[in-house]
Amino acid sequence: MTVMEQRGAYKPTPPPAWQPRTDPAPLLPDALPYRVLGTDAAAEADPGLLRRLYGELVRGRRYNAQATALTKQGRLAVYPSSTGQEACQVAAALVLEERDWLFPSYRDTLAAVARGLDPVQALTLLRGDWHTGYDPREHRIAPLCTPLATQLPHAVGLAHAAHLQGDDVVALALVGDGGTSEGDFHEALNFAAVWQAPVVFLVQNNGFAISVPLAKQTAAPSLAHKAVGYGMPGRLVDGNDAAAVHEVLSEAVAHARAGGGPTLVEAVTYRIDAHTNADDDKRYRGDSEVEAWRAHDPIGLLEHELTERGLLDEDGMRAAREKAEEMAADLRERMNRDPELDPMDLFAHVYARPTTQLLEQEAQLRAELDAEERHHESEGAAR
Amino acid sequence: MTTVAVKPATMAQALGRALRDAMADDPTVHVMGEDVGTLGGVFRVTDGLAKEFGEDRCTDTPLAEAGILGTAVGMAMYGLRPVVEMQFDAFAYPSFEQLISHVSRMRNRTRGAMPLPLTIRVPYGGGIGGVEHHSDSSEAYYMATPGLHVVTPATVADAYGLLRAAIASDDPVVFLEPKRLYWSKDSWNPDEPPAVEPVGRAVVRRSGRSATLITYGPSLPVCLEAAEAAQAEGWDLEVVDLRSLVPFDDETVSASVRHTGRAVVVHESGSFGGPGGEIAARVTERCFHYLEAPVLRVAGFDIPYPPPMLERHHLPGVDRILDAVARLQWEAEN
Ligand SMILES: Cc1ncc(C[n+]2csc(CCOP(=O)(O)OP(=O)(O)O)c2C)c(N)n1
Ligand SMILES: [Mg+2]
Repeated sequence: MTVMEQRGAYKPTPPPAWQPRTDPAPLLPDALPYRVLGTDAAAEADPGLLRRLYGELVRGRRYNAQATALTKQGRLAVYPSSTGQEACQVAAALVLEERDWLFPSYRDTLAAVARGLDPVQALTLLRGDWHTGYDPREHRIAPLCTPLATQLPHAVGLAHAAHLQGDDVVALALVGDGGTSEGDFHEALNFAAVWQAPVVFLVQNNGFAISVPLAKQTAAPSLAHKAVGYGMPGRLVDGNDAAAVHEVLSEAVAHARAGGGPTLVEAVTYRIDAHTNADDDKRYRGDSEVEAWRAHDPIGLLEHELTERGLLDEDGMRAAREKAEEMAADLRERMNRDPELDPMDLFAHVYARPTTQLLEQEAQLRAELDAEERHHESEGAAR
Repeated sequence: MTTVAVKPATMAQALGRALRDAMADDPTVHVMGEDVGTLGGVFRVTDGLAKEFGEDRCTDTPLAEAGILGTAVGMAMYGLRPVVEMQFDAFAYPSFEQLISHVSRMRNRTRGAMPLPLTIRVPYGGGIGGVEHHSDSSEAYYMATPGLHVVTPATVADAYGLLRAAIASDDPVVFLEPKRLYWSKDSWNPDEPPAVEPVGRAVVRRSGRSATLITYGPSLPVCLEAAEAAQAEGWDLEVVDLRSLVPFDDETVSASVRHTGRAVVVHESGSFGGPGGEIAARVTERCFHYLEAPVLRVAGFDIPYPPPMLERHHLPGVDRILDAVARLQWEAEN
């Protein structure tokens, strides 16, 4: 008897395989970016933490200025500045424990420095004497990542591996607003949620992907809303409010550490400088927009809060500036020395053991260098 | 004297056994991919691993090749030794950004501080009647990427020995499994698995004096058959199985060609920009004065992989190989 023949016995029912899954409501971000500074929540913030954040922001801004200056002097090949985004950079570093891992992009050298990495090592990639200037395992900072969003699945895999090994480790991965359009963003968030990996994704929505504004990047209600589709919480935060970013990230890290799985945090911020020194931002944005954001400056916000509450005075500000100047002077001094280069390094780390093909090419370069040296010597002798 | 039970095993079984033994020997070895757990993989290579080692060690991942390889990179960064399965050659393509931008160069980027001991298993090649996107010879893409090892077995014993070596390697290995040889059989003593083969050594599968056939993976049985047939024509062909495209064993290949004076490279991959061009150039650079004829290539045509009912015209077969051998300027000899 076919289904058609037993029509009377047929009861319309939902698809048998369908099961209710996660309730989306608790995953949804707030309607407005979460703020602390200038709100009632500020009263609960730890004064020690606020002072620490302030010192780091001041140092971070000076670091950006120094790196930009070094680029103009030809000491760096390129510098993507995080001026205006210091609150995100600093908070991302401060919420992590020693054993945790940070996964930065090219724009996030400040986060690495705030975590304690030597600025010279952080800037190696951008100076161009090697790709990664530090041992990632020693500092638990992944190599600065340039192919957009490709660092995100690494963070998920590392967090997953740590979890499998029974280690209490959280990974925090940074990505830009433009990077959220990449396939790897999607795949990383999906894997993280399915595996309930202890990972936190921080999107620094700084308004632009080089020249392209967010409106051309996505039609989502917010980037934080994207979390819901993966079954993880999304949080929206004022990215220039260091106390708010620190609080939201701390909660997300604690949640991950406690076995609660991943969180997507969107920090709404603004890229005050051009994309890099090589970019001309006059072609795609007006001064008034930049000025509006300067009035919502991460250092200004925190300074206002601290001075209002009597937690910071002129001496405190001067002390912060002096520490920043010390860092800048040291960075300048060391970056003005030419790095030591050994061309033979080109072959040193391609494989554990070089192939015979590479050994041949290595010998070729060695011979070229020897010939160059003999040439210089004979020129010197002739003079 | 004790008699050992020698029974036939397929290449797929040998690969599975290699994975099993590697997982048993080293708790950091993790297998991951699409359908590798409960199902045991679409070719059943990972059959039984999830049961024996648990789903944390043999994991059905979400369906996303870049995600699979990208998360495997992170796992390797943390000290695990992931073995990733790509379901088919043409479905590995979404993972190429991770492969090229990260897997291949992480050792280099970090000055050796953070090498990635990763194995990427890729079933490849045609001859199984697959519809489109299931029969690509993708080895040239991998060969063109510095920092990767590219290995491919052609025998049941090598399937075991080379996969064990690939997993043990501290460098990333793209392990290309010739699909049409998955069901090829060889005698096998389960108590004594074959030797672990070092990566990077070619092997002479048949000795001969007239000319050398240089081949690998799915084309090895075809070349051996061609060599038998050539005997009737009076040619005594040597057959070299490369086993590893990167590193390339110039020594074994050159020794053979110097000995025979003639060479034909045989592979399924297209000839334009394919492995044969590189191999012919290397042989010519090293053996010019020993060569009686130009190095020839017998390869797939430079076309998108054909539909199954036409693939036999595309794949290098015995006749095409013999035709090439016939063109090796034998006249000069008389
Ligand atoms: C896969 C990839 N495509 C393109 C680029 C070139 N690129 C570098 S930065 C950038 C814009 C990224 O914007 P966003 O993700 O918002 O980060 P931001 O630079 O604003 O910090 C582009 C297109 C790249 N690095 N990687
Ligand atoms: Mg941006």
